[in-house]
Amino acid sequence: MSARGLTWLLVFVAALLVPALGSRFYTFLANDVIIWALLATSLNLLVGYTGLVSFGHAAYFGVGAYVTGILMKKLAVPFVLAWPAAGLFGAAFALAFGFFCVRLTRIYFAMLTLAFAQIVWAICFKWNELTGGEQGMPEIPYPDFGWLERVGAAVPLLSWRTAEYFYFLTVALVAASLWALHRIVTSPFGRMLTTIRENAERAEFIGVNVRRYELAAFVLAGAFAGLAGGLFGIFNRGVFPDFAYWTKSSEVLIMTLLGGMGTFLGPSIGALVLILLNQQIVSYTEYWPLVLGTVLVVLLFGFPGGIAGAVGVLAGRLFRWARSA
Amino acid sequence: MPDASFVFAQSLSGLTAAMFLFLIASGLSLIFGVLRVLNFAHGAFYMLGAYLAYQSMLWLGPGPGLFWIAALGAALGVALLGGVVERVLFRYLYGKEELYQLLFTYALGLILSDVAKIFWGTQQKSVSRPPELAGSFSLFGATIPQYNLFIIVLGPSIALAFWFVLQRTRAGRFIRAAALDRETLGALGVNVDALYTWVFMLASFLGGLGGALISPMRATTPGMDTEVIVEAFVVVVIGGLGSLWGTFLGAVVYGQVLSFGILFFPRFSIFAVFALMAAVLIVRPWGFLGRPLR
Amino acid sequence: MLEVRDLVKVFDGFVAVGGVSLDAPRGSIGAIIGPNGAGKTTLFNLITGHLRPDRGHVKLNGRDVTGIAPHDLCRLGVGRSFQRTNIFPRLTVFENVQAAFLSHRGRGWNLVAPVERLYRAETEALLESIGLADRAGEIAGFLSHGGQKQLELGLALALEPEILLLDEPTAGMSATETREAIRLIERIARERGLTLLFTEHDMEVVFSISERITVLHQGRVIANGPPDEVRRDEAVRRVYLGERH
Repeated sequence: MSARGLTWLLVFVAALLVPALGSRFYTFLANDVIIWALLATSLNLLVGYTGLVSFGHAAYFGVGAYVTGILMKKLAVPFVLAWPAAGLFGAAFALAFGFFCVRLTRIYFAMLTLAFAQIVWAICFKWNELTGGEQGMPEIPYPDFGWLERVGAAVPLLSWRTAEYFYFLTVALVAASLWALHRIVTSPFGRMLTTIRENAERAEFIGVNVRRYELAAFVLAGAFAGLAGGLFGIFNRGVFPDFAYWTKSSEVLIMTLLGGMGTFLGPSIGALVLILLNQQIVSYTEYWPLVLGTVLVVLLFGFPGGIAGAVGVLAGRLFRWARSA
Repeated sequence: MPDASFVFAQSLSGLTAAMFLFLIASGLSLIFGVLRVLNFAHGAFYMLGAYLAYQSMLWLGPGPGLFWIAALGAALGVALLGGVVERVLFRYLYGKEELYQLLFTYALGLILSDVAKIFWGTQQKSVSRPPELAGSFSLFGATIPQYNLFIIVLGPSIALAFWFVLQRTRAGRFIRAAALDRETLGALGVNVDALYTWVFMLASFLGGLGGALISPMRATTPGMDTEVIVEAFVVVVIGGLGSLWGTFLGAVVYGQVLSFGILFFPRFSIFAVFALMAAVLIVRPWGFLGRPLR
Repeated sequence: MLEVRDLVKVFDGFVAVGGVSLDAPRGSIGAIIGPNGAGKTTLFNLITGHLRPDRGHVKLNGRDVTGIAPHDLCRLGVGRSFQRTNIFPRLTVFENVQAAFLSHRGRGWNLVAPVERLYRAETEALLESIGLADRAGEIAGFLSHGGQKQLELGLALALEPEILLLDEPTAGMSATETREAIRLIERIARERGLTLLFTEHDMEVVFSISERITVLHQGRVIANGPPDEVRRDEAVRRVYLGERH
C-alpha cells in the first residue's frame, strides 16, 4: 500500500478510536468535524477544482438535512433510504439551480448562488407545515441500531451508546463519500475541471463543453452536500432553517480556504481547525467573530494557500534543505 | 379588500424603508462601480453609523437640532473610518482574485461588528426622534409620521445631489472615468489612489448616514449589519451594480414588494424578494439599469 | 478545405470585419496580414466559433460550421492557438497535453479511472515532436514565452487537427526564437499534411513560408494571392508604406 493509502488508513482507524477516549464531548466534536469535512470537500469540488465560487452551498446542505429529517421523523422512512434521498434531493436542487448559475460568471454567479440559497432558506423558514417553519424540526430519530445493540449486548467490546453507534456510522459513510470524491477528482473528469479553472477559454478549445462540465460539478457538489446535511440533521438532534442561511455558506467557504483549496484534504483540515478553534475561543470569550475575522485577514494576506498550502511550502523547503545538506 | 388609505400608508412605509436601503445600497454600488469590490463590510458601516449616532446623542443630550448634529457627526465618523480602512487595508486587495476580496470584506465586517459589541454591548439601544419632526401628518386618511416623510423626501434629494455631482462636476467626471478605466485615468495624471480613498469615504458616509438616520425608527442592535447587507445586495442586483438610478429604483421596488408582500402574502414576502433577485440575475444579470460587465 | 464567405461582424456600429472571404485549400500554407486593428483576431474568432458573425458563413470540407461552439468545432479537425498565450498555467507541461488528449479521445466524462495512467505514450510522443520532452514535469506557467508558445502548439496538435489556425504564433519572440518556431511549425505541418492558416506581423516569416497571403485592412480584404503578387500590389503598398510609393 502506498504511503498515502497508509496515512488514510491510519486517520480512519484513529477516527474510529475516538469514542474509546471515553469522553462524550470528544466524540461529539469529532462527529461535527467529520460531517463538516465532507461538506467543505464537496464545496471544494466547485471552488478549488473548477474555480467556481459559490456563496450558496449551504442550500444543498439544508435540503439534505430537511429531506432526511422529514422522511425519518414524519414518514418513518428508514435511514438506509432517507440518507441517500438527501443526496438525491441535493443533486436535484443543484441541477435546477446550477442550470441557471453556470450561465453567469464571477460576481453574478456568486450572487445567484446566494439568491437561490436564500430562497431555500425562506422556504424552510416559512413553510410551517412541511418544515416546521422558524422552529425547525427538533428530535430527528436516530437510525435503527437495534441489531447493533443486540450484537453489543453479546460482545462487550462492541457495546456503545446510540450516539456512538451513530458516530461510527458517520465515520464509515463520510469515509466512503470522501473516497468517492477522491476518485472523481483524480479521474479524467476531475482533470477536465481543473482545465476549466485554469483557463476556461482554452478548455473550450480542447473540446471541453465548459457549461456542461460546470453543471456536472455543481450537481456532484450538491449531492455530497446533501449527504452531509442528511447526517448533520440527525447528529444535531434537529433540523433548522439556518442550515441554509448564507452565513453557513460563508462558514464552509472559510473552512475550505483555511485548510487550502489546492489540495484534496485541505478543506477537511480547515474544518478540523476551525471547529476546534471555535470550541476553544468560545469558552474564553464571546468575541468569536472578531477572532475569526482576524484569522481570516491573516490568512488572506499571509497564507493564501491555506494551512495545507503553507505546510506544503514548508515541507518543500525542508525537503530542499535536506537534499542540499 | 383593505381600504385605500391603508394601502397608501403601507406604500409609504415601503418607501421609507426603501430610502434607507437606498442610502446603504448606493454606497455599495459606488464601491463596486469604481473600485470593483463587493464590500461585505458595508453593513457594519451602517451599524456603526447607528451606534455613533446613539453615542453622540448621549454626549449631546436631548435638545432641538442636536439630533442632526449627531447624525452628521456619526456619518462623518464612519467616513473617516472608511478612509483609514481603504488606505491601510483595501490597497492590497485591488487586482487580487475576487474570492479573496469578498472574504476579506466579510472578515472586516466580522471584526467591525464585534468591535461595536465591545464598545456598546449586546443590549438594544434606542434614539429618540428629533423633536422638530416628532409629530405626524394626516394624508389621504392615513397617519404618516413627519420623520418618515422627511426620509421619503431626503432619499430622492440625495439621489439628485449625487447625480449632479457625478454628471456636472469635475470630481464626478473623475469618478465616472475611474469606473470605466482606472489605468488611463492614472496615466492622465490624476491621483487615482486618492480618488479611490475619497470614493470609499463617500460611500461609507452614505452608509453611516443611513444607519444614523434609522436609529430613531428602529432599535440599534448587533446583527443589524448582516440583516441589512443581504437586503442591500438584493437592491443593487435588481437595480444594477454600479448604477445610481438603478440602485434607487431597486430600493423602491424592494420596499414596495416587501411591504405589500407582508400585507397580502405574509408567508411569501421574504421568498418573493429573493425570487425577484434570482429572476433578475437569470433574465438580465446587470439589473434594470446597469451595464453588462466586461 | 476551409471556405470563408462574406463574414461580417459589427460591434456597436464599428465594423470590425466587413465582408471577408478567403479559401484555405487542403495542405496549403496561408497567411493573413494587415496593420494592427485590421480585424485579424476578430476574423479568427469568427471562424473558430468564439464570436457569432452577423452575416456570412464558414464551411469546413463543405460542411457549414458557422458559429458552431468552439468545443464542437475542435472535434471537427480545427486546431487553434491564441495571440495571448493560452495554456493551463498551474498544470505541468505533461498534464496540459494529456488533458487535450483526454478531451479529444472522449474520456472527459470518465469519473473513476486514475488519470495518471492514461495516454502517457501519446503525450510523451507529442512532447518529443515539439521539443518539450525534457520539460514535461515543469509547471507550464513558468516556461519561457517561447516554451509556452510551443506548448500551445502541442495542445492544438493533440486534437489531431486537419487545419491549424495560428494567431500570431511568433508574437513576442526574438529573431532566433521566431526562426526556430517557424521551422517547427512548417516541419510539423508537412509531416502531418496539415493545412495552415496563420496571422503574422513579421513579414520575413510571412513571405518565407506562405503559399498565399490575404491582406486585411479595416476589416476588408484588399489583396489575396501568392507572395510575389501581393508584394507588388498597389493597394497593399499604400496601406503599409504610405502614399509616397
